Amino acid sequence: MGELSTPQPGRYRQSSINEQKLLLWVAIGTIVMLFGAFTSAYVVRRSAGNWYEFKLPDIFFASTLVILASSVSLHWAYSSFKRGMEQRYKIGLIITMVLGLVFVVMQYLGWIALDQSGATFTINPSSSFVYVISGVHAAHVLGGIGALVMATLHAFTLPFRPTKRRRNRFELVVQYWHFVDALWVYLYIFFLFQS
Amino acid sequence: MAHIADPTAVEQLEQEVTEKLGFNDHFHDHHHGDKYSANFLTHYIFSTDHKMIARQFLITGIFWAFVGAAMSIVFRLQLGFPEADMAWLKPILGKWIQVNSSGIGKLDPEFYYALVTMHGTILVFFVLTAGLSGTFSNLLIPLQVGARDMASPLLNAFSYWFFFLAGVVMFLSLFLSTGPFSGGWTAYPPLSALPQASEGSGTGMTMWIVGMAFFIVSSLLGGINYITTILNLRTKGMNLWRMPMTIWSFFVTAILGVLSFPVLLSGVLLLMFDRSMGTSFYLSEIVVGGEVLDRVGGSPILFQHLFWFLGHPEVYIIILPAMGMVSEVLSVNARKPIFGYRAMVYSIMAIGFLSFIVWAHHMFMSGVNPLISNFFVIFTLIIAVPSAVKVFNWITTIYGSNFRFNTPSLFAVGFVSMFISGGLTGIFLGNSAIDIQMHDTYFVVAHFHIVMGVAAFFGMFAGVYHWFPKMFGRFMNETLGKIHFWGTLVGAYAIFWPMHYTGMAGVPRRYYDGGASFEAFKHFDDLNKFITIGAIVVFFLQIVFIINFFYSIFAGRKLKVKNPWGANTLEWTTPIEAGHGNWPGNIPTVQRWAYDYGKNGEDFLPQYVPLKEGEHDHGGH
Repeated sequence: MGELSTPQPGRYRQSSINEQKLLLWVAIGTIVMLFGAFTSAYVVRRSAGNWYEFKLPDIFFASTLVILASSVSLHWAYSSFKRGMEQRYKIGLIITMVLGLVFVVMQYLGWIALDQSGATFTINPSSSFVYVISGVHAAHVLGGIGALVMATLHAFTLPFRPTKRRRNRFELVVQYWHFVDALWVYLYIFFLFQS
Repeated sequence: MAHIADPTAVEQLEQEVTEKLGFNDHFHDHHHGDKYSANFLTHYIFSTDHKMIARQFLITGIFWAFVGAAMSIVFRLQLGFPEADMAWLKPILGKWIQVNSSGIGKLDPEFYYALVTMHGTILVFFVLTAGLSGTFSNLLIPLQVGARDMASPLLNAFSYWFFFLAGVVMFLSLFLSTGPFSGGWTAYPPLSALPQASEGSGTGMTMWIVGMAFFIVSSLLGGINYITTILNLRTKGMNLWRMPMTIWSFFVTAILGVLSFPVLLSGVLLLMFDRSMGTSFYLSEIVVGGEVLDRVGGSPILFQHLFWFLGHPEVYIIILPAMGMVSEVLSVNARKPIFGYRAMVYSIMAIGFLSFIVWAHHMFMSGVNPLISNFFVIFTLIIAVPSAVKVFNWITTIYGSNFRFNTPSLFAVGFVSMFISGGLTGIFLGNSAIDIQMHDTYFVVAHFHIVMGVAAFFGMFAGVYHWFPKMFGRFMNETLGKIHFWGTLVGAYAIFWPMHYTGMAGVPRRYYDGGASFEAFKHFDDLNKFITIGAIVVFFLQIVFIINFFYSIFAGRKLKVKNPWGANTLEWTTPIEAGHGNWPGNIPTVQRWAYDYGKNGEDFLPQYVPLKEGEHDHGGH
């Protein structure tokens, strides 16, 4: 036996990325595949004909702007957190949470508008797809709102200390929220190009 | 003791390791290991320790394998002896055995389909996905890469409990008065989409969907954990080219799982909307029992695409872990490095990639455009190339070695045999022109049972016998193990080999009477009986395994040294009774690849042994 190198007492990491973030990235990969499957099914089904054409309600455009704004406010909260500005960080979180809820309500109004325009849930797969895809997306947004609620509770109940641990935990919320935002932008553009 | 490495050499090495590297068997007071064995519930039931979760997966898997196999015996009896009296099964199957006025009991035809459906669902998902991958990915990933536990032990425990919940729902569906789902494990619409389509399509199908949704969540939680652990928590020095074949195969398996299971989830979600909300994703103008339904514009083919986009990677999710374990077991028992290590890794990657672009070869009979079929035929046949590379490398690993014939290595060799036999018929079925003739015959049943059913089971058995000492600190009985192996090898061929002939002759699969009502197939009656007898014999041999397994947990020969097989991988450096955190002291540092057997006159050089001056490292960049 030759020279022995120093054994590792604790745990050893191959890269500086935090495991939880990596876990979340892989989980995001699974959500991407879920929506990839939905939108591919949409394309395949559409090419088979017997497709009811309708116009997407304008409220979806407004909801897109709202969720984009929520990402901006969350980013503002995050950079305030890093710079130690407690007040802005708390305000940013609340704004993001409210915008997230407004987004979900607007999606609901969008479904009502769709229904009233004649594109009901069951009339044709073309409209069913829009309800199901935007509905499953809204469910993912609700999960994100749950995470935001936790982050806000932490912000208001725990003493403000931008430690590495707190930052990592907050970054998970930020990572997921930007993802559901980008996912909706993709879905909205997808629907626009298809109709 | 031919099946064990030179014990004095092993002991000497272990002593050196204890002295110099500092990972000894004594748990230090400051370590949090003992907290986890505080009481029965936290230690055995709601454990977050990956080794305990692995054992939970294995034992749950064995339960399901028993249930699934028992079902196959009932429908094999029906197929082999369609005229026989089944009244003796009435105490177990109750109303599904109809006894006529002269006291002759018959299996309910509706229930026959339920049995076949549940047999497929249970074996494919609950046994060969969760039972195989769940057990060994959990056990071996942290141990072989040198990690304290999974990236998220909590999500890992959730993964098991979602699997358990899926099992509870699926098991309860067996007791419905309308029976479990009976439309085939692939759950094609319209049988799966219309509750009124058949008896099992109602509540049975609803429970099937709920069970499968839990199952998908379980697989995803497991998969994201395996990937993250392998990517980030490997110990110092464990670069990718030093990882054992087992880890490579679990890694690619997990990637396939996280990419394909969400697609099944999307398909199943749309199915749920069709069933209960009145949408028509999969349903077109349809008449059920004279009643015209108001569904328009759906396509059942869409479900088949979504299903097989998971379904094909799924067969590799089943077979790749078996391949990895077989590579490891063969190399350890041949005392030779695995032949063509990098070619083996690239083959796994190639198989994994190709598995995503061949799904429609399951749908040649569904009216897919023949032009598109050509594309799928070509890529399907290309899979033969990496598969053949692997087979060649297994054979060359054994070739010229002083092979130790113990139960795990025998099962590993059996795996290679089964994989060749089943793989060859895959070349036939991959051709759409031949598949159209063969698709609905027993030829397909023979093909996939040998190549992914029996082969994956052999890989799993090799793994169970090989890592049993690691899991339970005892050995399984060798004599019973060898009886189990030889009986199962001969028996499995006796069951599935004849099916190739009946299939080529055109005997249709999925028939309640096995084709006996066709005058043209009358001469296969005896062959059918032979197959059924083979199935019963093999079933009892698996009971031998189950007895051996549970007996050995409590009363098997005790493990005295840490590394009984003289293997190079890190799992054999932990204490025999490893606590939470795996290594009581330090995590070992990896210095070389996992396959230095018979190098420079040394029988084996474990991965923590540093390289000598000027020594070539196979795992180097």
